[in-house]
Amino acid sequence: MAKKKTEQKKWPEKWHEVTPGCMVFEPGNAANYKTGSWKAQRPVLDTKKCIKCGMCYIFCPEACIQEDAEGFFQADLGYCKGCGICAHECWPGAIAMVEEEE
Amino acid sequence: MGKRIGMEVGIAAAEAVALCNIDVAAVYPITPQSHIAEHMADIIHDGRIDAEFITVESEHSSISACAGASATGARVYTATSSQGLMLMHEILPIVSAMRLPVVMGNANRAVSGPLNIWNDHTDIMPQRDSGWICLFTENGQEVIDLSIMAFKIAEDPEVMLPTVVNIDGFQLTHMIEPLEFPTQAQVNKFLPDRKPFATLHPDNPMTMGCFNMPDVFTETMKAKDTALRNSKKTIVKVFNEWGKQFGRKYNVVETYKAKDAETLILTMGSMGETASIAVDELRKAGKKVGLVKLRLWRPFPVDELRAAIKGCKTLIVMDRAISFGGAGGPVATEIKSLLFHDKGRPRIVDFLMGLGGRDVTVEDFIAMVERAKKKKDETYEYYGVRE
Amino acid sequence: MNTVQNFEIFAPKLVDRKEYFSAGHRACQGCGEVLALRLLLKALGEDVVVANATGCMEIISTAYPQTAWLHPYIHVAFENAAAVGSGVEAGLKALRRKGKIADRDVKTIAIAGDGGTADIGLQALSGAMERGHDMIFFCLDNEAYMNTGIQRSSATPFMAATTTSPAGEAIPGQRTGKKNVPEIMVAHKVPYVATACPSYPIDLINKVKKAKAVKGPAYIHIFSMCPTGWRCASEITVKLGRLVVETGVFPLYEVENGKYRITMEIPEKLRPVGDYLKPQGRFRHLSPSNIETIQGRVNREWEILLNKVECMQPW
Repeated sequence: MAKKKTEQKKWPEKWHEVTPGCMVFEPGNAANYKTGSWKAQRPVLDTKKCIKCGMCYIFCPEACIQEDAEGFFQADLGYCKGCGICAHECWPGAIAMVEEEE
Repeated sequence: MGKRIGMEVGIAAAEAVALCNIDVAAVYPITPQSHIAEHMADIIHDGRIDAEFITVESEHSSISACAGASATGARVYTATSSQGLMLMHEILPIVSAMRLPVVMGNANRAVSGPLNIWNDHTDIMPQRDSGWICLFTENGQEVIDLSIMAFKIAEDPEVMLPTVVNIDGFQLTHMIEPLEFPTQAQVNKFLPDRKPFATLHPDNPMTMGCFNMPDVFTETMKAKDTALRNSKKTIVKVFNEWGKQFGRKYNVVETYKAKDAETLILTMGSMGETASIAVDELRKAGKKVGLVKLRLWRPFPVDELRAAIKGCKTLIVMDRAISFGGAGGPVATEIKSLLFHDKGRPRIVDFLMGLGGRDVTVEDFIAMVERAKKKKDETYEYYGVRE
Repeated sequence: MNTVQNFEIFAPKLVDRKEYFSAGHRACQGCGEVLALRLLLKALGEDVVVANATGCMEIISTAYPQTAWLHPYIHVAFENAAAVGSGVEAGLKALRRKGKIADRDVKTIAIAGDGGTADIGLQALSGAMERGHDMIFFCLDNEAYMNTGIQRSSATPFMAATTTSPAGEAIPGQRTGKKNVPEIMVAHKVPYVATACPSYPIDLINKVKKAKAVKGPAYIHIFSMCPTGWRCASEITVKLGRLVVETGVFPLYEVENGKYRITMEIPEKLRPVGDYLKPQGRFRHLSPSNIETIQGRVNREWEILLNKVECMQPW
């Protein structure tokens, strides 16, 4: 997950503001871009069924599923693209993919 | 004055680079650069310098490996020629865009087809848009001096651009000349360790080689162009420093008996020496002819050129490359374009000569000066072609 | 609901939580390749420098001024990941030896797709491996030039439909089989060569760690599921990765100094290849007899691999 989300202009406005060689000195600042708007479905966790195995955490291509304070693995909807892998791989079937209403 | 020794210029180039405390050399052999590659290997395998010698499997990989090594903060060198340089073509603009101070020796050789291993400038001309600093040498001493200065120019924090030093293949690379080498201590003083702007290391992770969306690409291009244009300041500064420390002063545009000349010959590379003898003969015969030698090709030193040709009526440009189906040789075309708006600009005559290693003698230069007078149409001409 | 088989030491929540590839990257929903990348970077941990080729992973992660990479990273061009990696490795080696950088091991890795490995990148890869640089080369194989629009590569499987090997009236898809790059690496005497799949994350992580420990070249070929290019649902990405292994189409094995070892449970009988082909749109034009042909090829390749496991001696 992103460590620190820094405020950043989308890109440098003037030509002399471009870093030499377009080098980027903030590792992981792609986290400023929230891919959560991409999803058509979102994962919903049934904590009664969740066995806290971490399968969803390991298989999420976005690396957006994290363990919460109670040990349940929840997806960060700010980044979740709604691919459905977690729901598909969850073998107690604790995750359901629900249509995003918009 | 130091001791002068007789040495083949290609070998001297490797010796000069060895003095520069390089960290990595990635070289792929190609005639007539091969002596540089071989001697570099000798030096490293004998342990005379502490560097990694990557025996890459092609020139595309040699320039790519140089980019990777330079990105870690290493001082890197490569050398090539002709087809090798053409194979590197894809990567050259990337190295300059990434502001990696790679230094390259280029043994000027004709580009295929057909295959021709002898000297002309058709290999370096297609690279003129790549964003590299481009220097030309006339003799072996210049090869040594400019190869060392190239590192200082490239690595300067105001510059950070890759630099190519052009050495006429065979005509210069394989000549044995009396040469003077600076001592290791002198080079250490002139060229301290590289202080990179950014490096690839986990202690300070960063990303190099991002891609650009259309919204920012134009700005990136202007930034790169401006960096290359501004590098001339540093080039002149480094030339002056060298002059002070070693007594050999270089200029971005050299002149010989040009001050009151009505006709000027313009050359690049080793043929400047032959042209200067022709100028002497013509002067003896009472002709007001002089010589302008372009040492810096990119960034193009237009102000210095203007000063050098001031007052002349005819500028005869000796092009050793062609742009097929175009306006003529690249050098003449560039100069015509730059001077287009200048009042009182000279008449520019464009000769294509010395292609594919064809010898150009003192007599040829004298003949070209004559021919320029008689020539009526202003299109470029292949000097000496058998019609 | 699926049953997960082959558990062994399977405790995903115990895998190191640190992420080296930030969310916010622009990969497609359900991208198996970025999952593979996430896992391999996690397995590598700290003290790594990445040289990446142009491709999906480069484009989704480095739109200036953003980067999803937490490791030091360089991208130059498409075909030269291995050459750039060679330069990085040599540069780090020389600088460390001359005391200009910290005196500790930093591993160079090069990453490329199947195009940047097996096609346009093959020369640089061969050269780098022959020279023996201390570098791991990862091929993230999604079986076509996906980033430029799903054109075929030499890693595209037999009869798969891509935009340059379409399932047409006259020619039904890719005419040749998958180029065996791990085999080419073994021929280069690369000390550690392995195949891996992100659907078997622990196996992948273990192999990456093994490769990191090698003092010399290593090569890992990682199967990368691509729902966009293979025309299948995004949620079955991980399942497809299991099917490709269970059907023997992409067996998991490693070769250490020439000795072959299969790292998956060897089934009595391979699962029918149709189970793997049917969910994918790129194979939807296959007739039952095509599938039989493919089954024959898969069986043959599997036999050849088992022979190698039995007969190949370490060099």
